[in-house]
Amino acid sequence: MKKLIIALAASAAVLGGMSGAAQAQEKTKVCFIYVGPKTDGGWTQAHDIGRMALEKAMGDKIETAFLENVPEGPDAERAIERMARSNCAMIYTTSFGFMDATMKVAAKFPKVKFEHATGFKSADNVATYNARFYEGRYIQGQIAAKMSKKGLAGYIASFPIPEVVMGINAFELGAKSVNPDFKIKVVWANTWADPGKEADAAKALVDQGVDILTQHTDTTAPIQVAAERGIMAFGQASDMIAAGPKTQLTAIVDTWGPYYIKRTKAALDGSWKSEQIWDGLKDGILTMAPYTNMPDDVKAMAEETEAKIKSGELHPFTGPINKQDGSEWLKAGEKSDDKTLLGMNFYVEGVDDKLPK
Amino acid sequence: MFEAILLTVMTAATPLVIAAMGELVAERSGVLNLGVEGMMIMGAVCAFATAHMTGSPYLGVLAGIGGGALFSLLFGFLTLTLVTNQVATGLALTILGLGVSGQLGESFVGLAGTKLQPITIPVLSDIPFIGRVLFAQDLIFYLSIALIIGVNWFLFKSRTGLKMRAIGDNHGSAHALGINVVRTRYLAVLFGGACAGLAGAQLSLVYTPQWVENMSAGRGWIALALVVFASWRPWRILAGGYLFGAVTIGQLHAQAFGVGIPSQFLSALPYAATIVVLVIISHNRRTTLINTPASLGKPFVPDR
Amino acid sequence: MRIELERRARASTAFAAISPLLALVLTLFFGGLMFWLMGKDPVATLHTFFIEPLFDVWSLHELVIKAAPLILIAVGLAICFRSNNWNIGAEGQFTMGAITGSILPVLMPEWHSPLLLPAMLIMGILGGALYAGVPALLKTRFNTNEILTSLMLVYIAQLFLDWLVRGPWRDPQGYNFPKTISFAPEAILPELLDSGRAHWAAVFAIVAAVALWFMMRFMLKGFEVSVLGQAERAGRFAGFSSKKMVWFALMLSGGLAGLAGISEVSGSIGHLQPSISPGYGFTAIIVAFLGRLNPIGIIASGLVLALTYLGGEAAQLSIGISDKVSRVFQGLLLFFVLSCDTLILYRIRLVFSGNKTEAGA
Repeated sequence: MKKLIIALAASAAVLGGMSGAAQAQEKTKVCFIYVGPKTDGGWTQAHDIGRMALEKAMGDKIETAFLENVPEGPDAERAIERMARSNCAMIYTTSFGFMDATMKVAAKFPKVKFEHATGFKSADNVATYNARFYEGRYIQGQIAAKMSKKGLAGYIASFPIPEVVMGINAFELGAKSVNPDFKIKVVWANTWADPGKEADAAKALVDQGVDILTQHTDTTAPIQVAAERGIMAFGQASDMIAAGPKTQLTAIVDTWGPYYIKRTKAALDGSWKSEQIWDGLKDGILTMAPYTNMPDDVKAMAEETEAKIKSGELHPFTGPINKQDGSEWLKAGEKSDDKTLLGMNFYVEGVDDKLPK
Repeated sequence: MFEAILLTVMTAATPLVIAAMGELVAERSGVLNLGVEGMMIMGAVCAFATAHMTGSPYLGVLAGIGGGALFSLLFGFLTLTLVTNQVATGLALTILGLGVSGQLGESFVGLAGTKLQPITIPVLSDIPFIGRVLFAQDLIFYLSIALIIGVNWFLFKSRTGLKMRAIGDNHGSAHALGINVVRTRYLAVLFGGACAGLAGAQLSLVYTPQWVENMSAGRGWIALALVVFASWRPWRILAGGYLFGAVTIGQLHAQAFGVGIPSQFLSALPYAATIVVLVIISHNRRTTLINTPASLGKPFVPDR
Repeated sequence: MRIELERRARASTAFAAISPLLALVLTLFFGGLMFWLMGKDPVATLHTFFIEPLFDVWSLHELVIKAAPLILIAVGLAICFRSNNWNIGAEGQFTMGAITGSILPVLMPEWHSPLLLPAMLIMGILGGALYAGVPALLKTRFNTNEILTSLMLVYIAQLFLDWLVRGPWRDPQGYNFPKTISFAPEAILPELLDSGRAHWAAVFAIVAAVALWFMMRFMLKGFEVSVLGQAERAGRFAGFSSKKMVWFALMLSGGLAGLAGISEVSGSIGHLQPSISPGYGFTAIIVAFLGRLNPIGIIASGLVLALTYLGGEAAQLSIGISDKVSRVFQGLLLFFVLSCDTLILYRIRLVFSGNKTEAGA
C-alpha cells in the first residue's frame, strides 16, 4: 500500500508539472544508474551490493532507486535527467561511458549531487570516484610469479582503456618483482561479459602454454576453464571462489558500500563537496578475497605486500621501470603520478603483446 | 596443442550447428523464424535452472529442449494460425525471450553450474587422436552429429521430408495435393525451437556452465546466417559451423601469438568470411535456386 | 477447438481502425495482470508506463528524440520491404552514416563554417547509402541473399567504429578513453525549442515520412515499388527493372539510416563513441511492421514504441519494475498488435468439433 501511495504521489507530482523537489519529503532519495544488469556477477553487481549496503546502513533516512541496463549514449542522459527530476538528491553514475551525460545533466540541476565512477570530468556538483585496482593486480602478479612453473601468465582483457592497461602493467611489475623474466600473454576479448568468448579466450591462452590465468572481464567463465584444465586463476570484481574452489588464488573484490555510505552521509550532513577520489586498498574500496590454494610462504608474501601497499610503504609503479620497447619510463625510486596512470597507453617491459591502438 | 584447439573449436561450433539445423528444417518448410536468439536464450535459462534444481544435467538438457520448443509455439501460433509477418514476429520473439529469460534467471546468477560430463565410448575412444576428439564428448555433441545425419535423411530420403520440401517450395500446390501445410509447419517450427533450446542448453551446461543474462550473445543470429551460408544443406551447416568456430578461435590464438593486427579486425573476420563464402556459393545461380525454399517467409492461409 | 481464418473479400476498414485499439486493450489487460501477479499495483504501473511520459514537456521532448531515429530508419525500410528487398542491416548503415558524417568534425575541427552541418548530413546519408550498396551490389551481381549480407555488415560496421574511436580517431586529450573529440558547436544539430533537447532529427523524420508517403501514393516510382514487390514478373513486363529497384530500395533505406546515424551523433551525443545506438536499426524493423509499412502509420508506431521505452524507465525508477519486465511487456504489446492486424484481412472462426461459431465478426 505504501508503495502504491508513493507511486500515485509520484505520478500526481509529474501530472501536476512539479518536477523539482517541491514535495515535503523526509527521506532523501539516492539513485544509481547501471550500464549492465544488476546481477551481472561482476562490475554492476558490485555496485548494486554497495547500494544495498548503503540502504542497510542508513535505514529509513534514505531510499534508493536504480536504473539498470542503460546504454551509454543519449539514453543515459535521459535516464540521469529522469532521476534528477524525480527528486533524487544524489545520483551515482557507475560507468565511464556516462561521463558526458552526467556533466550535461549536472549543469541543469545544480542542487543535485552527482558522483561519476572512473571518469575524469568534474564540476561543483559532480565528484568522481574510482578504486586503485592496480594495487590488487600487483599482489596477483607476485602470487602468479610464485605459483607459475613456466613464468608465463595469460591475461584476458576487455578493452584497451587505461584502466585495463594499467592493470596489465601492475600485474607484470608484481610478477617481475619475484621473477624478473616473467612474461604475460594478453588476449583482447572485446567484451565485458560474454561467457562463451571469455571461455574461448581462456582456452586459447591455456593451449598456448600459460599455466596461470587472470582476467579483466566480468563472468566466471575463465575460472571454470582454468579449473577444468587444472591450472590456477584469479577472480575479478567479486569473489569467484564458488566457480573454482580449488582454482581461485584470490580475487580483487570491489567494495563500494563503505564509500557510498561515507559520501551519502556527507551529503546529508552538508559536508559533501566535489572531489576527485581515487581510493585504494587502505580505504577498503577494494579488498582481496582470501588467499587460498597456495603454500603458506606465498600467502605470507601476499599478505606482506598487501600490508605494505596499505601503509604506503610500497607503490606498485615505482622505478626503475622500462617501457615495453626498453626505453626508460621511471628512474630508480621515482613514483608515477596519477595523471600518467589514468591515461596509461603503453606497456611496461615483459608484456608479450602489442597494445591495440 | 592441435588437438586442444580442435576441441575448443568443436565446443564453439556445436551450439551454432544445432540451432542452425533447427532453423534449416523450419526454413525448408517455408517458415523464416528470426527468433532463434530468443529461443536459444530461453533454452539456456530453462536448462540451467532445471539442472541446478534437480542436480541432473540430463534433465537440464530436456528442459532446454522443452523450453525452446514451448517458446517457438508462440511464434507458430502467431505466424501460422494468425498469419502475422514472420520477420517482425521473429524479432519480437527475440525481444520477449531476452526479457523472459532475464526475469526467470534472476535468482540463478552467480550460482555454480552443473556441467554435462563427457561420455567416453569404449574401444572407439582408444583410437589415437580421432578417438579422443570424436568419441570422448558430451551428449549434446553426439546429438549434433545425429541431428545432421537424421535431418539429411529425413529431408532427402523420407516421404514426410519430401512433403515438407514441397510445402517450402510451393505451399499452394502442396495444399492442393492434400498435404496439411499448417500442421507440417507447426511441427517444423517446434523442431526449430527444440533445436535452439538444445543449443541454449549446450551454452549453459557445456560451453560455460553458468547463467548470465544475454549469455547467447548473438549466437542465434550467427546460426541464422549459417543456414543461408549452407544454402539449406545439412552437411554444409556442419562445415560452416566449424569454419565459423575455427575463425573465432583462430583469431584468439593469433592474438595470443602476438600477431599485431587490431583485435577488432580479427573479430570482424568471421563475418567477412561469411559474406565471401556466401558470394562464392550464390554466384552459382543454379545450385542456390534449387535449394532455396521458394515460399520462405510467405504467409499461407488454406482456401476453403 | 481450433482457429480458422477466412480471407475477407477486401480489407476491412473498420478493423484497420479498431485493431490497434483492440491490441492496446489486450496489452493493458495482460500487462496489468502481469504487474498484479508481481505484487505491483496494475493501474499505477500502467499509468506510469503510458500516461505519465505524455504529461511533461521534458518527457515529450525525450519521446521525440527516441522516436525520431526509429521513424527515420523505419520509413526507408518500409519502402525497401514493400519492394520485396529485405534489408535487415539498418543498424550497420546507421553506424556507417554516423562514421562518415563525423569525418569533418573529427578530422577538421578547425573548420567552423555554416556549411559544416549540411556537409556532415550529406556525408552521413552517402555513407549509409553506400554501405547499403554493398548488399545491393552482391544481390544484383552475384545473387547473394541480402538478409544475410546486410546483417553481417552490421557487425563489421560496429567493429570498425570501435577500432576508430579506440585508435586513430581517439581524442588525444581524452585520457586514452574510447571517444573522439567533442564536436564544435557548428557541428551540433540545433535544438528545435528552448523547452527541451529535441532536435532537427524529428523534422527530418516527419519530412521523410511525408515525402515517402507521397511517393508511394502519387508517384510512378511508388507504383513501381509496389508492383515489383508484389509481382516481379508483372513488373518486368511493365518495363521496370528489378535490379535497379534493388539498388533504389537498399540505398534509400541505407541513406535514411545513415541520416539517422549522423543526426543522433551530432544532435544527441556530440562525439563518436563505441556504442552509439541501442539497437535502433533492429527495433526500426518492428516499427516498420507495426506501422503496416505505411510511412504515416510508422510515425505513430515509432512514437508508441518510444513511449514503451520511456515508460519502462519511469516504471523501473518509481515502481521498481525491472527492465526485464519492461521488455516482456514490450514483447506482449508487439505480439498483440501483430495478431490483431490479422483481423483486417481475415475473419477468425473458432471451430468446435463440427459446428462453426463465429467469433471475430
